[in-house]
This record gives sequence, C-alpha cells and structure tokens, in this order.
Amino acid sequence: MNEIELIFILYVFVLAIFVGFELITKVPPTLHTPLMSGANAISGITIIGALIVSGQTNNDATLSLFGITINIATILGLFALIFATINVVGGFTVTDRMLQMFKKGNNR
Amino acid sequence: MNSLMDITMNDIIQLVYLIAAIAFMLGIKYLSSPSTARKGNLFASVGMLLAIVATLFNENIISYELIVVGLITGSLIGVVLAKKVQMTAMPQMVAIFNGFGGSASALIASAEFVNLSNTPDKFPILMISLSVLIGFVTFSGSIIAFLKLQELISGRAIIYPFQKTITAICFISIIALSSYLIFSTTSTIAFIIVISLCLLLGILLVVPIGGADMPVVVSLLNSYSGLAAAVTGFLLNNLLLVISGSLVGAAGLILTTIMTKAMNRSLVNVIFGNFGATDSSDSGPDDTDKIVRSTSFEEVAILLAYADRVIFVPGYGLAVAQAQHQVRELADLLESKGVDIRYAIHPVAGRMPGHMNVLLAEANIPYDKLYDLDDINDSFDNTDVSVVIGANDVINPAARDTPSSPLYGMPILNVDKSRSVVVLKRSMSPGFAGVDNDLFYMDNTMMFFRDAKDGLNEIISEVKDNLL
Repeated sequence: MNEIELIFILYVFVLAIFVGFELITKVPPTLHTPLMSGANAISGITIIGALIVSGQTNNDATLSLFGITINIATILGLFALIFATINVVGGFTVTDRMLQMFKKGNNR
Repeated sequence: MNSLMDITMNDIIQLVYLIAAIAFMLGIKYLSSPSTARKGNLFASVGMLLAIVATLFNENIISYELIVVGLITGSLIGVVLAKKVQMTAMPQMVAIFNGFGGSASALIASAEFVNLSNTPDKFPILMISLSVLIGFVTFSGSIIAFLKLQELISGRAIIYPFQKTITAICFISIIALSSYLIFSTTSTIAFIIVISLCLLLGILLVVPIGGADMPVVVSLLNSYSGLAAAVTGFLLNNLLLVISGSLVGAAGLILTTIMTKAMNRSLVNVIFGNFGATDSSDSGPDDTDKIVRSTSFEEVAILLAYADRVIFVPGYGLAVAQAQHQVRELADLLESKGVDIRYAIHPVAGRMPGHMNVLLAEANIPYDKLYDLDDINDSFDNTDVSVVIGANDVINPAARDTPSSPLYGMPILNVDKSRSVVVLKRSMSPGFAGVDNDLFYMDNTMMFFRDAKDGLNEIISEVKDNLL
C-alpha cells in the first residue's frame, strides 16, 4: 500500500464514522438492544477477509501434525471464518427475532 | 491503469461492496423507527449476503473446501444460538457475538502475519498489531462479560491486589513487544506472546467491573468489534471493512456515551472505578430510626384497581424473575378497568442498552407505552401509583437530593413524586451501588417483599377474583 492509498482509506474511515454518528443518534432508546445486535452482525463483515484468507493456498508456513500437512494461515482463516459466520448469521437472526416483537399499541 | 471499458472481476466485486455498504447504512437508518426496523435488518443482511457472494469470486481464492466447512459450521452454530436464546439472556448473547466478531478480525490479522512474515514493510505489521490488540481484547473481555452475565462467575466486581498495576504492565508489555515486531524483527515467538498478552488484557480489564456496569462494557466491546474490523480493513486494503467497521465503532461509542451519562460517571471511572466491589450484605441499611412500611398483595391490588394513572418501573430484578409476561397480564387487567398504564425505562435499567424494552416487547407490550427518562419524568407528579419492579439505584432520590451520596448527579426516575409507590423487591438489600435507598422509607412508599413473578401473580389473581 502506498501513501496515497492510505490517505484515501483514512478519508473513507473518518467520513464513515461521521455518517455512523449521524445515523445512530437517530435510533430511539427502545431499539438500542436490536441496534447493538444488528451493528454487531454488520461488524461480522470481517467474514469477507476470512473468506479470502481461508481460500488461499499459501505453502510458506506449514505445520506437520500426525502426518497431515496443515497450512497455519489457512487454519487461522478457517477459525476466523467460523467465528465471523456465527457473528453474521446469529446476529441478523437474533435481531430479526427481537424486532418482530416490537408492536405498536391497539393492534395486539 | 485500465481504461474504463476494461472492467475486471475485481471492479465488479468492489461495486458490489459499495452496494453492501449502502445497504448497511440504510439498515441502520431504518432502525430509527420500530415500524421500519425489521426492514432495515433485512436490508443489512441482504447487503452482507451480496458481499459474501461477491467475495467468493475473488481471484485469490483457490480452494473452496474449507470455505464450505466454515460457512456451514458457523451458520449452524449461529442459527441455533439465535433461536434458542431467551430474551432475558440477550445481554450475554450480544456479548459473546461481539467476542466472535472481534476474534475473527484478530485471527485474520494473525493469518496475515504468517503470510507476510518476511516483509520489510512496517505499516502492515502495525495494522496487524492493532487488529490483534483490539480483536483479542474484545474476545477475552466478551467471554468474561458473558460468564458474569450468565452468572457462571460472580457478577460482582472482583478486586485483587495490584490490579491496576498488573493491567498497566500487561498493556505496556503489549506495546513494547508490538513495537519490537514493527521496527525490529517479525519473530513468531514474540507474536504469540503478544496474542497471549492481549487475551490476558481483555480478562484483566473486565474482571474488576461489576454486573450493573455491564451496559457500558457491552457497548464498549461492541464498539471494539467494529474498530477491529475497520483496522483489518486497513490491513487488507478493503474499503467495505473500513466503512462497516467505522459504522459499528460509532454505534458502540454512542451507546457507551449514553450509558455513562445515564450513570453520571466517566468511562475511566466505570472501567477502573471498581464500583459494586463491596459486599452488599456488609453495608446493609442502617435502619435504626427509619420506618419501612411493608404491604400485602391485597393492598397493592386494591390500590392499583382504583387508580387512574399507573406507571410501571422495571429493572434488572424483572429480568431475573422473568416476570415480563406477568407485568403484561396485570396491565391488561387494569386497562380493562380503565386504568392508564405507562412504563418508565431508565437507560441503564437491566444489563445492556434497551434490555427492558426488548423484554416488555416480548410480552407484547406496545412500544409506544414505553417512555424514556426525559419523556416521563414530569408525569410522576400526577401519577397515582408507581410500581417499581426490581429496580433500585435508578430510583434513589439521593441521586437527586443528597450531594454526599455516591450516586449524586445520576439522573433518576422521580417515582417518589407520585402519590403512592409500591416497590416489589425480595429484600431490603441495597442496589448495585451499595447505597441505601431513601425511597423505601418515605411515607408514600410501600414495600412488597416478594419475588417479582410470584408477587405479580398474587396481585393478578386478587384483581381477577375480587376486583373485576
């Protein structure tokens, strides 16, 4: 990565934080728990990094265990992928479960 | 430089990422009202699905076996956890999900470390160190928060000698070793030690924080899980990770601020203040000259049945007793008799932001009857009965009136201004702050010493049998 790219990403980072502040301050307190679990599911976006890492076959660093050759980076990627998938799938599912309970008065 | 006509697969993937980023922002935007919130969550999840599918076409992905294994395993675990969890256990569920997200980012950074081992570049190693620090602290911190909230370990603040010194040494060692990795040599041993120290730091930071401060901890860990993703985005040169990570980082930070404000404490005080470390039985109320009026379910039932305006004030005790459905049943009975029922929700009632709202929504209580602190505090003056269910510090008038109280300055619900107050509580034990509650000794306060669920059930049958 060169400096121009870094500055560019930094711009995006700072501007996204501003957008985040604007959007999130408008979420009413009654939805703060679904906001957390929904935001949490979004932070599972790291899943795309996990996909790339666990799909790479890089043979630089391998570990031999019980006669099977394991690529350390790929194994780390696999665990990252499992964790991130739990985060994404679990997070969106539980948020939906909560949100469907919120009902307005007089139409029970 | 490609000409504009020369569209590569990578360009298409980047465009799909842009759509995903927009979907996430719209998703959060739709959370501004409960009526559109579900649509927002759907938007965000579709955005996520698009991003995942697009990534599968990445040119660096060669084998798909592990990807299939990982996606299926993770999805199964995620769905089971999300479907099985009880609403009362939502704080620990969110805590553990934060931990998974944080550790995923840190593991990716670790994998990059293995791949980059011999790079002369300092910047990637800096980003790897940051991602490992934030991600693994989030992971182990979330596990401790989970264990505390699930009451697998004591929910109280756990204090040990030299606690702050040990935490500081741990943090400084991480910085020192990381600097060594960045500026000197990329030693694998040093890297493994850094990972272990980061995991230790997460534990050291959360262990001394008590249960009722968990709303702050969970919000902060939420913010960290986003920041970890953003830093990993810098590392992988991936804008979608940076954008989504910053959104989540901002969300967690805002919630953290709201929570600390609602406690009138600084973030530093919450993290290092050791609040709630005192054993509540040691600092029992000094009741030598103060009179407590204890009441029965019959009396509470009559009081409620003949009231015009009633406000329910739920707290963590409601969640512990799982009494949300009883609250709804009692409210329905009273409403059928023409009583006006509202609910006052303090921002830090329960164990995470919005905890009480989710519980009451589960019991089918309409969200437009739930009022935030600022929106209802003026209404207590013309309220006949306030029913406090398992709340304590958030209604202690000392926070408003007694400058010497440790709670002083914390915004409270003014239940003491209502004509009568019924406190449904198992015993006189003080709340989390370990401070005696003046409300319990006031002339207009009646104490109903019962478990929330049992007490409400008794009141419900009394109203049904004799007052309808």
